[in-house]
Formats: sequence, structure tokens, C-alpha cells
Amino acid sequence: MRRKVTSRLYRLLVGHIDGWLMLAVVLLLAAGLTVLYSASGESVARIETQFVNMAVAFTAMWVVANIPPRYLMSLAVPMYIAGLLLLLGVALFGEIVNGARRWLDIGVGRIQPSELMKIALPLTMAWYFNRYEAVLGFRNFCIAALLLIIPVALIAKQPDLGTAILISASGFYVLFFAGLSWRVMVGLAIITGASLPVLWSVMHDYQRMRVMTLLDPTTDPLGAGYHIIQATIAVGSGGLTGKGWLKGTQTHLDFLPERTTDFIFAVFSEEFGLVGNSLLLIGFMLVIARGLVIAANATTLFSRLLAGAITMTFFTYAFVNMGMVSGILPVVGVPLPLISYGGTALVTIFLGFGILMSIQTHKVRAS
Amino acid sequence: MTRGPEIKNAQAELHRFRVRLAIGGAIVLLMFGGLFSRFFFLQVVQHEHYQTQAENNRISIVPVAPNRGLIVDRNGSVLAHNYSAYTLEITPGKVHNVDKLIGQLSAIVDISVRDRKRFKKLLEESQDFESLPIRTRLNDTEVARFVANRYRFPEIELKARAFRHYPKAELASHVVGYIGRINDKDQAQLEASGRAPNYRGSLHLGKIGLEQSYEKELHGAAGFERVEIDAGGRVVRALSRTPPVSGSNLILSLDIRLQEIVEQAFGDRRGAFVAIEPATGEVLAFLSKPGYDGNLFVDGIDSQNWEALSTSPDRPLSNRALQGQYPPGSTFKPFMALAGLDLGKRTPQTTISDPGFFTLPGHSHHYRDWKLSGHGRVDLHKSLVISCDTYYYGLANELGVDAINSYIGQFGFGKKTGIDVEGESTGILPSTAWKQKRHKQKWFAGDTISVGIGQGYNIATPLQLAHATAVIANDGKAMKPHFVKQIQALDAAQPAAVEPVPLNTIDFKPDNLRRVQAAMVDVTRTGGTAAKAGANAEYVFAGKTGTAQVIAIKQNEKYDESKVADRHRDHAWFIAYAPAENPKIAVAVLVENGGHGGSTAAPIARIAFDYYLLGKRPEITGIAPEDDEAQSD
Repeated sequence: MRRKVTSRLYRLLVGHIDGWLMLAVVLLLAAGLTVLYSASGESVARIETQFVNMAVAFTAMWVVANIPPRYLMSLAVPMYIAGLLLLLGVALFGEIVNGARRWLDIGVGRIQPSELMKIALPLTMAWYFNRYEAVLGFRNFCIAALLLIIPVALIAKQPDLGTAILISASGFYVLFFAGLSWRVMVGLAIITGASLPVLWSVMHDYQRMRVMTLLDPTTDPLGAGYHIIQATIAVGSGGLTGKGWLKGTQTHLDFLPERTTDFIFAVFSEEFGLVGNSLLLIGFMLVIARGLVIAANATTLFSRLLAGAITMTFFTYAFVNMGMVSGILPVVGVPLPLISYGGTALVTIFLGFGILMSIQTHKVRAS
Repeated sequence: MTRGPEIKNAQAELHRFRVRLAIGGAIVLLMFGGLFSRFFFLQVVQHEHYQTQAENNRISIVPVAPNRGLIVDRNGSVLAHNYSAYTLEITPGKVHNVDKLIGQLSAIVDISVRDRKRFKKLLEESQDFESLPIRTRLNDTEVARFVANRYRFPEIELKARAFRHYPKAELASHVVGYIGRINDKDQAQLEASGRAPNYRGSLHLGKIGLEQSYEKELHGAAGFERVEIDAGGRVVRALSRTPPVSGSNLILSLDIRLQEIVEQAFGDRRGAFVAIEPATGEVLAFLSKPGYDGNLFVDGIDSQNWEALSTSPDRPLSNRALQGQYPPGSTFKPFMALAGLDLGKRTPQTTISDPGFFTLPGHSHHYRDWKLSGHGRVDLHKSLVISCDTYYYGLANELGVDAINSYIGQFGFGKKTGIDVEGESTGILPSTAWKQKRHKQKWFAGDTISVGIGQGYNIATPLQLAHATAVIANDGKAMKPHFVKQIQALDAAQPAAVEPVPLNTIDFKPDNLRRVQAAMVDVTRTGGTAAKAGANAEYVFAGKTGTAQVIAIKQNEKYDESKVADRHRDHAWFIAYAPAENPKIAVAVLVENGGHGGSTAAPIARIAFDYYLLGKRPEITGIAPEDDEAQSD
């Protein structure tokens, strides 16, 4: 009797938790806490706050993991519409922080509606393709693309180019997995390439300067280039095995900017070197591999598209952040998933994991 | 997809989806592989480069200024030393409104008008990134008050600094000189001479006097600290330290107590006093009255003080002993007498008849003796004791200016003595060539006559006269005058002695020198022009009085002392050495507008000798005002 209760409680708690995914995520979180302690200047308070963030994120993930995909599907459209309205609200009444209008005061606190869109957009696009699964045609792709373009345009206008790009990436993955024709993709690539010179010619001088700085940070070593130069120095000086935990000079002497958030990977690189970086890449690949397996085994088009898109979006976040810190991608405000300090991004990512787990653990009943 | 709506084959769709997933996975691998190559490139291939950059980032070399050497007199009395005190400093380049900031600061610590003026002057002379003192030498209360309010003044730095201080102020300023802040010009010179690295931590260098001429010894070598700094440039910790090497201490031959007694003897008079040890050339006293307080210059002089010093009619900044150019007057006569004897124009027995004037053959111009009635028959001895002008008019005429020039030049007239401070004047010992060069004029026979009594084109500094007197006292062996007796390096057990430098030796016929020396002794005895100063001396001393004309006297006009304004009165000279048989000290005294040498300048020499030779201090300070008793020159 007692064993039965225990077993039921166990099933309730972890019944919808995917063990493999969980394992990889916990490993990455542990790495994140380790490096956060160093990056924050050995601040216990930061670690505590991050634990709270994790608790919230885990709870959110657990809740979502326990919701069957079909219910999630029914949430898609309301979430999308709410997200769009909030984005409109931001555009009209949003607070300006650091020169960008991204936050909306909803009475109890400020929210960043673009975070909501990160989930809502792939959810909605997957719902859309699922709904028209039987009669999928070019027209549907066009409508799906429209679903994508509207929120992305609103976010880009805030301006929050980083988020806009990442959200369009997540939407693109849905299109890609839904079977977007190669010809269209090649065509889009050509059009994008061709439009770059045109774009350059209509850009303001300061925007061109910014692009130039992205391409060659040494042209502005004290301004925008400073971050990337110092980050690259941190990574490079880490060497093969790193300077050791808590021993990064770039980190501890304040040369690294944003070192608990967007640039935390530089701290990691400096202190743990190429060996640490490789292990971190493996950790991310474990998460991604599990996500792709879940997608491959998913039983509905909705689940497949959503799982694939979420997984690839997670990859994109990690790739863009590490590429930015190591100086091969422009500096856009993207945190390193599971490693960077901060609650909002963590919750969003865990919501994604919750969806993956829901898809994985509900598939028997769904089929 | 462009084929229009159709029923999809679920299996085919799933297969295509899985192919696309595989493509996605391949992209992940490809991209992460790209990241890995980038990491490999940065962390392995270019590791050394970035390692260096990280080190450069965090390590800064901070120069540590050495302590400047002390300057002490021959008895160890301190003339220049350092002490540390707190200053408040502002870097103007980092502040928006300097005046407003100073205004706010003045509510916390006292900032005088003088401080503000000095700061303004520094501001004009320096670059924006330099940290400039607004207040120096804060007392403990002020430091405490500032520290309590520090948060309000992030732009103002409280710094512990070593300050140079000259305890003897005016008394030794013309010898010791002063240091001042390194200005743009100094910096350029330091860079040109390759010394700039050694001055990276230093704010000051010697500007004048011994502080300038012994800059190399006094400054020392800068040390360096390798420190770890953070991104804000703040020092986190020191990694290693190469300590600075303090500058050497200078031990002077100067006797500051002698100098002080002489200074008091001058009273309010302007003038100069130089005392030299004949055997070595060591300078025992070196006074230029009035002096100035070198302490005012150390951190930049304020405009008010500068105005006062630079426009004062007493010219306190002028170093009379080193640079003052005066006609030597009758103090020139002993040298003329030696020339006459040595060059065979006179014997000790030769006499002339002095009618009270001299005329060149074929001319009517009267070169007058100071005694209008004349001295009667005068031989060489008498010519010096009573300072007969006519004797030397004739002698000069017979010698000719070029012989005078080459002979008397051996005593150091007309050239620098080579003393160990900069800025010495050369004076003028005229010659035909000199006049041709300088005035583009022929030398006239008449020009020679006044040269014989130290007037005319003749110009000498008190230092030159003291040196020339020392040459007589030292039997013709000229020694280079110098202030620094020993240099004490910090790491040396014993100070290094500065060896006396012989300049030249005059090849007298010894008897001639004895004759002149004997006559100079009689100058200080009854019947001599300095008899009063020599009265009751416990040692034998030799001297010669002199008067340097300030304004020309017209023919047939008597110089009436009481009628001319004080500033137009003659300068009084006295040269002397003692004890006559074994000279320890030779001096030149110049009292500006002092009138006769015998009455104003000679007593100062007597006071100096009494102190230096016997240890006697004068009972009254200052010398008695000149009496109206008819005095000879």
C-alpha cells in the first residue's frame, strides 16, 4: 500500500520528465552555476537568485510537461494573439530602457512580450501546419510566413534585432521541417544576398559604422569594439586548459563586460580553456540530440514540427552566443542558454523543454 | 508543393521530416565544428598573442619616484630636505567646471586666494591630464575633514607627497637654488637628453642653483612597480617592485653659520659676499643680498609673490655674487701692481710724483686721483696702502691694455671661474681685440688709463674678485671654486670627496708677490684705507678697498656723497684674506651704494674673519652706519 503510494507520487512527479534531456540540462546548469559564481565575483547572492530562477523554470517546465500536446495546441492561437496585442502595446505604450522600447508595464510588473512570442510563434505555426496537414500547399507556407513576419517586424522595430532574428529563426525551422521547398530557400537566400548592397546604400552612417565595427572591432576599440576585443582576449588567453576556476584575469579585473549574462561564455572559456569549451559543446549537443530524437519519434505533425523547431532554436541560441563571444558573429543581445544569469530567458527555455517532454511522454496515448 | 492540394502520404511525409531532422543535426554538427575550430584557433594557435594581450591588460608599470638627495653645509646643517605631507590634487581634464569644484572644496578645507592663483598659473603651464595640487601641506584636521567628505569629490585626489623644503630660506637661496615642477620645456629637454624615463614618476627637477647643477646626483634613479590593474585603471595589487635609488646627498663646503653672520652684518644693505678657501677653492660663504625664499617656487609660485619678487627694485632674484657685474675699482690695483712688477715696468723702489691727476702725453684731459691734492711721491707699497690712482694711470698707460689683459687674465678676470652652478657671468677684462669685436672700434690710449684703476670697460663679479684674491693668497695657484665638498651616495659607506681642481699657476717672481701681499697687509693697518676694519685684529690680514662708480663724475666736479641719491652712490668693495701668513679664507665683499669700501665693506670682512678664524660672533648685529669722517678710497 505504502509502496503503491510512493510509486504513484513518483510517477506524478517525474512521470512526464524525460530522463535523458533532464540529465543533459542539469549538467549544463551545474556548469552555469560554477562559472556564474566566478563571473559574479564569488557572489553567493547571485547563485541564490539563480537557484530561485531555476526553481521557477523547473516548475514551469514540469507543468508544461504534464500538459498533453493537444491541449498545448489549443493554447497556441490565444497565446499568439495575446503576444501580438502585447507587442502592439509595447509599440504604443512601452517603456524605453536603454534606447529601446521592449518592456510593457502591466500593473504588477514589467514584461517583455517578445519572450512570450518565442514560444507562441513556433507553437502557432506548428498548429497551423497541423491543421492544414492534409491539404498543405504553397499558399499555406505563405500564410505561415505571414504569421512569422508580423511579430518579427514588431520586435525588429523596438528595436531588438537579436530577438527578431532568433524568433524568425524559430519560425523558419517550422517552415523547414514542414517541408519548405529547397527552391524557395535558395531563392530567398539569393534575394537576401542581392538586397544587402541595397540595404547598405539606404543605411544611416551610424548604422554602417556599427556594421563595420562588427566586421572589424579594432576600428572602435574603446566604443562598441571594446566588448568583443576584451571577450576575444579572454577566450584566447584561456588556452588549452584555461586559467583555472576563479582565476580569469579578464573576468576578475573587470575587463569583460556583461560577464554574468551575455558574455558569460568568455569567462567560461578563460577559466576552462579549449577542454572546457569542448565539454560544453558536447553538453549542448546532448540536449540537441535528445531534442531531435524526440522530434523524430513524435507522432503528430504538430509535435514533430514543434519539437524540431524548439530544439533547433535552442541550438541557434547557443551557437549565436558562442559565435558572438568568440568574435565570428556580430554582437547581438543573446544569452547563452542554461549558462547565463537571468530568469526570463531561463523560464522561456525550460518552457521549451517542457513542451519537448510533453511530446515525448504523451506520445503513446496520443497514438 | 506547387502541385496543389493532394492527400499526403503519411509515411513519405514522416520520412521527409526525418531527412530534414538529419539535415538539422548535420547543420548542428557543422556549426559546432566551426565553433570548435574558432576556439582552437583562438586558444591554441593564437593563444600566446591573446595571453600577451591579457597580461598587457592587467599589468601596468608604475614608476616610483626616488627621494631627492639632501643638501647640507660643511657642518651638517641642513639646507634642503624632504618631508611628506598630504596634498589635494585635481586633474583638470577630468573635471567640467574647475572653478565650481574649487568653490565647493573651499567649504571643506581652507583654500586661500594665493592657492587659487597658484593653481591657475599651474593650469596655464601644464597639460590637462596632469594632476595639479590645489592645496598642499594639509594638516591632520584638514585631512580628516576631507576624508569625511571624500564621496562628494570623486575628482579630487588626496595624495601623500614628498615636499622639498629649504629651512634656511633666503639665507642660502642663491646657492642652493630651488626645484620646480617639470614644465613642457623641461620635459622636452629631458626627452632630448634621454633622461625622460628616469623622470616618469618625478614631478620636480632642479631649476636653479645647486639643485639644478647637481640634478643628476640629487635626483637618483626611478624605481618601478609592476602592478595589476583593473579595467578602471585602479591598482589591485603590486606584483613586483624595483625600489628607486635615492639621490645622493650633497655635503657643501659652505659654512652656513658664517653665511648667517655675514648676512646679519649686511643688515638692510644690498650686496654680495663670497668667501673661498684659497688652498682648495672651496666656497665657504656665498651671499647675495637680498635673497628670496626658494620654498615659494617648489610647487609653482603664485602670481602675487612672483610680482613682488620680480618687480622689487632690490632685485632679490638676481644673484649678485654670481652674476652681478661691477667695475672692480681699486680692488684691481694689487693685480695691476703685480703686473707692473712682473712685466718689469716697475720696481718696488720706483716712485712717481702724484699731482692729483694724470695726463696722457700730448693730451690735456685730467685723469683725476680721488685725492685732488695728490699724494706726493708714491712708490708701489704706498700706492696700494693709500690707493693712489695716479700711480696706476701711468702704469696702465705703460703696460698697455693687451699686456694687462693677458697678465691679469691669469687671475680669472674676464672669464668664468667654472664654479659648480650655472649662470655665471664672465665679466669683462678689456683688450684691443675685445673692443674691436664688441664695439667695432679701435682701442684708444685713453681707454687704457681708467682700466688701471678698475674702471672703464672693466667689469667683474664678486665671485671673480674672491677667486682672484684667493689666487694671491694661495701664492699664484688658482683653484677652481666649488660648493660641493663631498657627495654621499646612499649605498656608499663614505662620501666621495670632490677633489680640488687646480686651474693654473701664475709664474710670479716670488719677491714681487711678497711685496704686494705685504702692502695689502698694511692696507688694514694704521694709515691704510681699511685701518679701521683692521684695528685690534688678533691675526694679520691682507686686504684692498675699492669703490665702483655708479654715475660718471664730470671733469672739475667733486663727487659729493651727501648730494647724490642713495641709489646713485658708489658701490663699496673690499677684498681680503687671512691669516696673511697662512691664508685660510679669502673674501670679496660688495656693498651696493655703500660708498667707500673701507667703511662699509671692510668691517663685514672683519666680522667674517673673526668668526671663521676665531669663532667670535659679533656683539652687535649689523654694521655701524657710515660716519662722515673723511674716508679715502
